[in-house]
Amino acid sequence: MGRQLQFEIFRYNPQKKGDVPHMQTFTLDETPNMTLFIALNRLREEQDSSLMFDFCCRAGICGACAMVINGRPGLACQTKTKDQPSRITLHPLPIFKLVGDLAVDTGVWFREMYAKTESWVHTTKQFDPKRQEERMDNEVAEQIYELERCIECGCCVAACGTARLRDDFMGAAGLNRIARFVVDPRDERTDKQYFEIIGNDHGIFGCMGLLACEDVCPKKLPLQNQLGFLRRKMGITAIKEIFRKK
Amino acid sequence: MQTYYSDLLVIGAGLAGERVACEAAQSGFKTTCLSIVPARRSHSSAAQGGMQAALGNCAKGEGDCCDIHFIDTVKGSDWGCDQEVARLFADAAPIEMRRLAHWGVPWNRVVPGQSFYFKGGEKFEKYEKEEKEGLITARSFGGTAKWRTCYTSDGTGHAVMCTMDNRCAELGIDVFDKKEAISLIHDGKTCMGAVVRCLRTGQLEVFLAKATAICTGGFGRIYKATTNAVICDGGGHIIAHETGLVPIGNPESIQFHPTGIVPTDILVTEGCRGDGGTLLDVNEERFMHIYEPDKAELASRDVVSRWMTHHMRQGKGVKTPYGEHLWLDIRHLGDHHISTKLREVDEICHHFLGVDPRKELIPVRPTQHYTMAGIRTNKDGAAYGLEGLYSAGEAACWDMHGFNRLGGNSLAETVVAGGIIGSKIVEFLQGYETRFDTRTVNLAVKKQEERIHDLIHGRKGKLNVYQVRNELQEALMKGCFVFRNQEGLEECVETLQKTLEKSRKVGLVSDGIGANYELGAAMKLEGQVRLGLCIAQAALQRTESRGSHNREDYPERNDKDWLNRTLAYWPEGADMPELSYEDTTSVFELPPGDRGYGGGTIIPADEKYVKERTVKSPVTEIGKKK
Ligand SMILES: Cc1cc2nc3c(=O)[nH]c(=O)nc-3n(C[C@H](O)[C@H](O)[C@H](O)COP(=O)(O)OP(=O)(O)OC[C@H]3O[C@@H](n4cnc5c(N)ncnc54)[C@H](O)[C@@H]3O)c2cc1C
Ligand code: SF4
Ligand code: SF4
Ligand code: FES
Repeated sequence: MGRQLQFEIFRYNPQKKGDVPHMQTFTLDETPNMTLFIALNRLREEQDSSLMFDFCCRAGICGACAMVINGRPGLACQTKTKDQPSRITLHPLPIFKLVGDLAVDTGVWFREMYAKTESWVHTTKQFDPKRQEERMDNEVAEQIYELERCIECGCCVAACGTARLRDDFMGAAGLNRIARFVVDPRDERTDKQYFEIIGNDHGIFGCMGLLACEDVCPKKLPLQNQLGFLRRKMGITAIKEIFRKK
Repeated sequence: MQTYYSDLLVIGAGLAGERVACEAAQSGFKTTCLSIVPARRSHSSAAQGGMQAALGNCAKGEGDCCDIHFIDTVKGSDWGCDQEVARLFADAAPIEMRRLAHWGVPWNRVVPGQSFYFKGGEKFEKYEKEEKEGLITARSFGGTAKWRTCYTSDGTGHAVMCTMDNRCAELGIDVFDKKEAISLIHDGKTCMGAVVRCLRTGQLEVFLAKATAICTGGFGRIYKATTNAVICDGGGHIIAHETGLVPIGNPESIQFHPTGIVPTDILVTEGCRGDGGTLLDVNEERFMHIYEPDKAELASRDVVSRWMTHHMRQGKGVKTPYGEHLWLDIRHLGDHHISTKLREVDEICHHFLGVDPRKELIPVRPTQHYTMAGIRTNKDGAAYGLEGLYSAGEAACWDMHGFNRLGGNSLAETVVAGGIIGSKIVEFLQGYETRFDTRTVNLAVKKQEERIHDLIHGRKGKLNVYQVRNELQEALMKGCFVFRNQEGLEECVETLQKTLEKSRKVGLVSDGIGANYELGAAMKLEGQVRLGLCIAQAALQRTESRGSHNREDYPERNDKDWLNRTLAYWPEGADMPELSYEDTTSVFELPPGDRGYGGGTIIPADEKYVKERTVKSPVTEIGKKK
């Protein structure tokens, strides 16, 4: 114990006239079991009240606190200072719009993604409160849940080369979202309909397959498998489309 | 000034808020939701366990029905709930779970055949029936007679929240995140919407609506140690309460959980103790058996929390920079058990403590967990005191939880109440027209602008926001925690009165420009202290022990004098809350009896009083048998 930590933190308040992006250094005594959640709150309460950053659940389940920690996107609340060098550099996630300092606007990005992917079960069936629920295989239910575990932290998007090049790219989170509905038997969309959403450069064909996304995903989602799964499926759909047109 | 207009304004986009919004939007009303964080980050998504509904599909749930769910809920509340509301809830819960399935929730389903389960460390067998294959299944939860808790793996709240938010997107509901409501706009009779601070720019905005629903979740953050997210800070309660017209129901009714980890108070499951984990003190000695020879660590949540607190008061806590704690020991359960049955605990220990629970002890302490207290509404979800104002979910005291809510009942409440109250709001909106008085709107905005100006320039004082907030949190931990007594509560009220004074004299250190956090904290500080004072004062007055409200000096549950609900008003300009009382319930389907755990004596209610209110119901018979 007793380490002194040095924080290099990106500072910029876009609402403040004349403010320019810069790095600011803070020092803090490390305490046992310290996480970046504790450290940043202490910095704000004891040293600089204007420091901006986001936390919500502080338990690794909501995705609010993603930032670039020593060069790598990750969740600040589940990062222990103990596992970091005594000099810790913090930047906001790239690609998302900056709110200030370490806080970014993930909400708008993800809302746009829901709109693009039409992120809901498409069904023509009506709900009848008097009837028993429709049956589902437990394995299918668990498979859907596995894909729904995404906490929308944005780490995968921030790490993605394609997302940096094209701002209309859906990112691994968006493609994973589509996969979630593809495996859901309740969704009546056809492959052709899915193809219209993702069978292009801002969807499945924009991805370069370098898999930075899966590396940084704090929920360890099988993003690689999903990308492969969709690509195969969409590849087949694409071929069918070509033949149909002829 | 940016002004938005809608039929219904929902403040809060957790499960309760979004469910209310869906109901209104489905009926064609223009609906807007506000949230501090993107909707899916709401605290609802943190709930892992599950939600209760008497579907009776799984083997251990066979024979379950709404009546038994109703009985469990009333007993759980220690007869503090409104029985009409508990009935509405229990009856609607199964339908609501099926609706969620229709909307897309991947509920775990019945798998036929033989399987095993553990109870108290022992292995049992069960058989699921072929004919039930694929129906929604359930797991066991404390305090329920049958397995009734519907779930999706270990992420029920998250999965249901995703589906609900998808449904909002489908219905085209405007869900704005990074928007914080900072005051209600009203003329003393009718609510017209809210003044809102944009947490992207710091600008004030106006949201006008014919009806407004507050669904802002609990206010655990006024306690130092809480399992709640940092946004569960009472913002919604504060803006309703400061109108002076809307009371907080049962403020003394706050639930605690024995095992939050230190320092961050993240919850580790009761399963640790259920499977044989033990609690140790500073000398690494067990102590629960001293106080509870029979059940030891396995006594109920509130009982264990009480003894832990008691033991720390005896000087047996471990002192740390984050305050005192005790140890949870699961080392003896072994690698296999920990990496399979307690995987989630293993992960929490690894991520947040860097502790290997196979070899090391887990630091734990009792922690605030749930607020049964809330904005008092009638059974339609309409808030007392202001027309057009509603509330649902943890923010509300709709009152199906009384003095102790059962595990799995709060997540279920969010969607069930959201559905019921949403449809009542639709009834209200149908044919309702209104006019917005621009003077009232402008005054409301001006008042907030002035407050902000004063805080930024330290016009009222320069006290430090965080220090004053800390004082509030410490005082509640000391006087209004799991144990309460006259002396402690009197001291707490006294301290909080001084804290109230201070909260009116804070000023910012920073410039307050943009999405400044310190300003947000400063703006709700006085309201938070008021909530604290309501808790302390109501707890001081209630000279009995009921559910989570535990008075060392009045250990019995006193139905003779206290079969009622506290209403705490805060008249404008006052320095103390005004308390009044109403009957807990106007009808008894289940007349007061023993809640079946936690022991303690009961001073019975007046027989005539109970008889007059008791109605004939299938439950009366089932209740007698048990
Ligand atoms: C760790 C943990 C585990 C739990 N597990 C379970 C469980 O297994 N089963 C169960 O039944 N219950 C469980 N609970 C309880 C349950 O999760 C909550 O009671 C429930 O989710 C509350 O939902 P809500 O919709 O009322 O509020 P929340 O989900 O808390 O949503 C509140 C919303 O209000 C917004 N908001 C707050 N203030 C403002 C403001 N001023 N302006 C604008 N927006 C605002 C927030 O941004 C958020 O969108 C658990 C609770 C905790 C803490
Ligand atoms: S694999 Fe595709 S989605 Fe993932 S980071 Fe690379 S380009 Fe982006
Ligand atoms: S896929 Fe993983 S990294 Fe990407 S947003 Fe979801 S949880 Fe975060
Ligand atoms: S604060 Fe929720 S994931 Fe970090």
